Formats: sequence, structure tokens, C-alpha cells
Amino acid sequence: MSAIRSADRRDFLKKCLTGAVVLGASGKMGLLAAAEQQQQQQGAVLAKSRVVIARDAMLRGVGTTVDSRRMLSLLDRAMQALFDRDNPMETWTKLVRPGETVGLKVNVLGGRGLSSNLQLIEAICERLQEAGIKANDIVVWDRGTDELEHVGFHVSTGGNRVQCFGTDRVDYEQELAMHGSVGSRLSKILTQRCNVLINVPVLKDHDGAGVTIALKNMYGVIHNPNKYHPNGCNPYIADLNMLPEIRTKMRLTICDATTACFEGGPGYKPEYSWKNNALMVSQDPVALDYTGWQIIERKRAEKGLKTLEGDSRAPHYIATAADAQHRLGTNDPRSIAVVEV
Amino acid sequence: MKARGVLLVMLGLALLLNTGCKRQSGAGGSFFPASDQVAGWARTGDIRTFEAADLWKYIDGEAERYLKAGVQRVSTADYKFQNKVDAVVDIYTMGNAEGAEKVFQSEPAVDGKPIQLGDAAGLSSQSLVFRKGACLVRIVAFEGSAETQQALLQLGRGIDLRLAR
Repeated sequence: MSAIRSADRRDFLKKCLTGAVVLGASGKMGLLAAAEQQQQQQGAVLAKSRVVIARDAMLRGVGTTVDSRRMLSLLDRAMQALFDRDNPMETWTKLVRPGETVGLKVNVLGGRGLSSNLQLIEAICERLQEAGIKANDIVVWDRGTDELEHVGFHVSTGGNRVQCFGTDRVDYEQELAMHGSVGSRLSKILTQRCNVLINVPVLKDHDGAGVTIALKNMYGVIHNPNKYHPNGCNPYIADLNMLPEIRTKMRLTICDATTACFEGGPGYKPEYSWKNNALMVSQDPVALDYTGWQIIERKRAEKGLKTLEGDSRAPHYIATAADAQHRLGTNDPRSIAVVEV
Repeated sequence: MKARGVLLVMLGLALLLNTGCKRQSGAGGSFFPASDQVAGWARTGDIRTFEAADLWKYIDGEAERYLKAGVQRVSTADYKFQNKVDAVVDIYTMGNAEGAEKVFQSEPAVDGKPIQLGDAAGLSSQSLVFRKGACLVRIVAFEGSAETQQALLQLGRGIDLRLAR
């Protein structure tokens, strides 16, 4: 994985040009060749699947509650780095268009302590509205309305407000959507309410799958996720994400890595969680899951725990999602550019 | 006459067993201290119960581990300590004590310490896990403070007493 510190575009280009000179290329031809090589490398980096990790050590100030303004700033930094823009609004107008209905698929299964952060969702909603999406064309959703309320979301249906409710309010489609090993009824929120999907998972390990991040968050879209846990949820996770209703609508993943867990997931266990104070954003969910997996492994090593492989739960579903039959993204570290800002 | 007597005894036994089962299945509720039964702790929500077949709705993929250990159900309730610290109590009723031990032993000790409570217990800065007979109890506080550990222990002891009844 190549890591680029400080993803400011101008800085990056300056470094590239400086590098071309420092290479010590002799003569005009040598200098041009070096510059060409740098450009090719830059192009290759830009062509790679980009995963941005934005971090703010003071996200919670001196307390435990996330600061809303700092969260908005963190989100802006992440989006600017992902889309190579100097202005946060340019990123959102690149992503969505007025008139679209945007679904934010959150993850609240972990309950309080390990769910998609309220301040993050508020920040996303603020930027979406500034990009021209009407408030009532934004739907914050997960499987159950009670679960959303339990972690502090304000349930809202109707009116000129951001909508927030669970699939239990509208039900699942009657027909099965099928691909490979998966045959499931899809949430009507996905099929009938949204034409854009922004995935807002949480960075967690998982007792069966190894990790549960972007790809597995789609288990909250179907009526029968309990059927797809054998064999480390493989190939079910990959097959599920191949469903056209998911694949064509998914535009972005913003992974809430403010509080993450390295063991005992997906439920919240404070002894196995840590305040990571970060967001991970990418348009490649496989690359994001791969990167999140590495973060969790590093934390496990720090705590003296076995690797997920050693614990017989390596996330093999990631490789399946990247394979020739799925091509949902890449798990090749040579093709992933991790940008830390 | 003798046959009638046997039948009556059998009926009586059946009634007793049925009551025992009901008491057992309703015991999840009685295991949870009501507000102020443990100093400083108030129960802030209803008790919810998930039977084994629906356990995945509460703990998703983690349910597999509990199912393999023979879980029957989990009951859960929210609490608040001194109106400051929110917590959740989960009480898993396993098929037997071996099941509770199996789950308890499967969780690595990280940043915690063993303590004397129930049949075995572990306490960390924001959580207390202990087993007693066929029950596994997990208490998780959502904020940590100087008082949290002691408060968790008090609530745990309150539940432990109820499990012993």
C-alpha cells in the first residue's frame, strides 16, 4: 500500500516536480524522461483505488462527545482528499445532483457506543443539502426503527425534514432479488425511496466474517441476513453486493472509524474498542474493507491478540469480492492508494 | 381409586413443572433490579428478550458463538447510574453451566482483571462480565469515570443475588 502524507493536491504536484529534479537526471532528455516517469507514477497513483483516512486527535475535545464542528471539518478534509478538490462543496456536487433521493445506510446494530455517529450523519446531511438535495430527499435508514431510536436518531417520516426510519416501517419487496448464493427480499427504502446510496458503516471486527465494514453493511438491506453467516459469510457478502439495486446506486462509502473495535464485534464491548477518531472514505468498498482489515490487525497485534487468520476468521470474503466473478473493487495493496490527512 | 390418585399426582406434578418453567422463562425479568434496588442505579427502559432463533436480531453474527454454546435466550435492559452514566445489562440464559463457561472462556482478557463474583468474573474500566450457573451476564457502561468500575460491580452484585434465588 502506498501512503501519501498530506494529500493536498498542490503539495503533491510540487513534490512530483521536485522529485523529477532531485532524481539527478542529466541532460534535457534525462530530465524529460524523469518527469515523464513521475507523471506516469502520479497517474498510476491517481488511477489506483483511493482510500482516504482522515483523522482528528481532538475530535472529542477533552471529553467523550464528538464535536460537531470538528466532525464537519473532518468530513470535508476526507472528501477533498478523495476527490482532489480544494473546496468541500465541489466534492458533493460531483457526487449528487438536485432532484436525487439519497439514502444513508447507517449501522446501528452495535447499539450505543459502536454505531454510525450522529454528528457524522448530521454533517453529511448538511453538505448534501448545500449541494442541492432537499432535506426530505435524504433518508437515514437501517433495518429497525427501534434500533435507530435506541442509539439516539430522531425518527422522522414526512414533512420537510431529513427522513429517518427503518425498513420495518415500509417492509421488504415481495420478490426475491438473486445473485449467486443469495436470494433475498430487499428493503423498499433501497428499491423505492433512494436512487443514490451512501454507505455509512462502522469499523468493526466480526465474529464470523472477520471484519464488518462497507460490504457487510449491506446485510442490513435484506430480510434474511441470518441465512448468510456460515463459512465466514463467504461468498454471501460478495454475492449480495452484486445485486444491481445495490451496485448501481452505491456512490460512496464513508466509514465511521471514530470508535472502532478489534475483538468481540459486531456488538459494543468497550474493553475491545478504541477511540480511533477517524473517517475512512472511498468509492471502492473492497479497497476500503481491505484497508480497514489492516487497521484492525494492527490494533490486535498491539493488544497481543492473534491475527484474524490465527483466530480462524480471516475475512476471505474480501478476496471473493475482488475476484474475476465479482470485481467489486480491489484487494491488491499495489492497487490501493491510502491517503492519510 | 389408586389410578385416580396416580393421575392426580401426575397432574399436580405437571402443574408444578409448568409453573417452574414459566417462572424460569419469566425469570429474565426478575433478574433485573428495579430502579434504586441497587444504590445509584435506575432502570431506564423495558426489558427486551430475544429467544435463540431471533438472537441474530440483537447481536448479529455473534449469535453463532452463543448458539454453538447452547444459548436459550438473552434478556436486556438499559440502566443509568446517578443520572450520569448509561449502561446496558445483557443476561444470557444458556442450556447449562458448561455453555456459560464456554462463552466466558472464549473472550480474551484484555485490559481487564478477574474478580470474585458469581462462578467467574472479569472487570474492566467500562464492563463487567460474569457467569453464574447457566447464566452469563454482561454489563457495559457507555462512559468511563473514576466511579464506573465500582458502580458496575455494585450492579453486578445485585444481579448475582437475584440469580442465586
